[in-house]
Amino acid sequence: MINTGDTAWILISTALVMMMTAPGLAFFYGGLVRRKNVLATMMQSFFVLCLLSIQWILWGYSLAFGPDIGHFIGSLAWFGLRGVTMAPNPDYAATIPHLLFMVYQMMFAVITPALITGAFAERMKFSTYAVFTLVWATLVYDPICHWVWGAGGWLRNMGALDFAGGTVVHISSGIAALVCALVLGKRRGYGREPMSPHNLPLTILGAALLWFGWFGFNAGSALGANELAVWAFIATNTSAAAAGLTWMFIEWKVIGKPTILGGATGAVAGLVAITPAAGFVSPLSAICIGVLVSIVCYTAVAVIKLKFGYDDSLDAFGVHGVGGTVGALATGLFAQKIINSAGNNGLFFGNANLLLTQAIGAGAAMIYSIAVTFILLKILDAVMGLRVPDEEEVVGLDITQHEESAYTLLD
Amino acid sequence: MKLIVAILQPEKLEDVLQELDREEIYLKTVSNVLGCGRQKGHTEVYRGRRETGNLLKKVRLEIGVNEKYVEPTIRAIIRGAKTGAIGDGKIFVLDLAECVRIRTGERGGEAIG
Repeated sequence: MINTGDTAWILISTALVMMMTAPGLAFFYGGLVRRKNVLATMMQSFFVLCLLSIQWILWGYSLAFGPDIGHFIGSLAWFGLRGVTMAPNPDYAATIPHLLFMVYQMMFAVITPALITGAFAERMKFSTYAVFTLVWATLVYDPICHWVWGAGGWLRNMGALDFAGGTVVHISSGIAALVCALVLGKRRGYGREPMSPHNLPLTILGAALLWFGWFGFNAGSALGANELAVWAFIATNTSAAAAGLTWMFIEWKVIGKPTILGGATGAVAGLVAITPAAGFVSPLSAICIGVLVSIVCYTAVAVIKLKFGYDDSLDAFGVHGVGGTVGALATGLFAQKIINSAGNNGLFFGNANLLLTQAIGAGAAMIYSIAVTFILLKILDAVMGLRVPDEEEVVGLDITQHEESAYTLLD
Repeated sequence: MKLIVAILQPEKLEDVLQELDREEIYLKTVSNVLGCGRQKGHTEVYRGRRETGNLLKKVRLEIGVNEKYVEPTIRAIIRGAKTGAIGDGKIFVLDLAECVRIRTGERGGEAIG
């Protein structure tokens, strides 16, 4: 039975999550790169919004959520939305049109490959990127999504909890990002030349839009305008705030000054970590999760990355991969059935099994994503080439990939 | 004829322009530049990565003058720009081979002022 309140909220949530890709992520990443690459960076987000919107309707939704095959993938029975109607599908959401659930999930499918772009910023060929995104979405996102959320998916059956996509979105893309950073290699001049963010106001604007949109990402995953959505909303904001503060305090202590980039990065890390947990944990638990993920991600980004020297340019792995893993495991610690009776209790509330299930889910997604991403990159490198030539990297991707310039030379 | 090029602290530009006006030197070009001398750049930190020695914002002032205005111009710039701290800037005096007023085609000393 369709509930108009639920439907209205999920319609809005769909729009909120769309906004997270463009303009949210586009600005967040765009401001972090050098001036000569800003358009190319934003183009990657904008392009994936258009591309995946179509892929999802044609075969993506069917593979991710369609009739189960071997607990691994959905069939193509719903190709072109055949069989997907206005009538609710109780496997997924009992009070909203099935088509609305489909388009809401589309926005998750859109943003996931967009997150990976942070790892290979400023050096990837656009044509190869286009092919990579389409194939990665089909071969990595759609299966993992099916495992965790699809009816019949093996992780769903095992009881792994992922409220809004900690594993499906952040771990899958975050670990793929690390693989990309290692396979593509460092930017020319990394470590020697200055590569500071060229427009931090854009980055902060992007981070704020991400926070705003994340209410649709997490609270919308309650799939209804109900109490669970309220719990998820509060947990989301709380984790973001706690993580933002923690990162700023860490910087204050370690570097001497808190930075706004640190505050924004911390907040995003908090949002990533609460994503799998939002509809299962209390507000106080959300504070702990925010503090915890900020410490871990700060270490990953400001210590480990510098020590090992890999060029995960915009910290896609450091924030999304690491943060998503922290979140998936934290769900295993802090989940409480009194918040969500369809969930479970975590370790701190008397149940050690959930933590193990969460670890299996996270581990499986990682291994699969690493393997497929690596093979895909190697094939594309042989057939098309992954990186732009050195001279093009020096001139910049805006001019060489798109023949456009972001800012005129004269004011 | 000489071309006087001065690299200045941006905050002192207004004072320098006032001093030049007092000497009745009105024709000038000003541009924003980056640079550093003995003054080391600021340190900036991005996600834990420290970058030292960044170039600082400066202002570049260019004035074409006839010989007798060279010293008054230099003194005016110094009066406006000097604070005594490192970073006050520098003045370069270059020989100017020719000067042309575009509107009238005048050349040389007449075209400068």
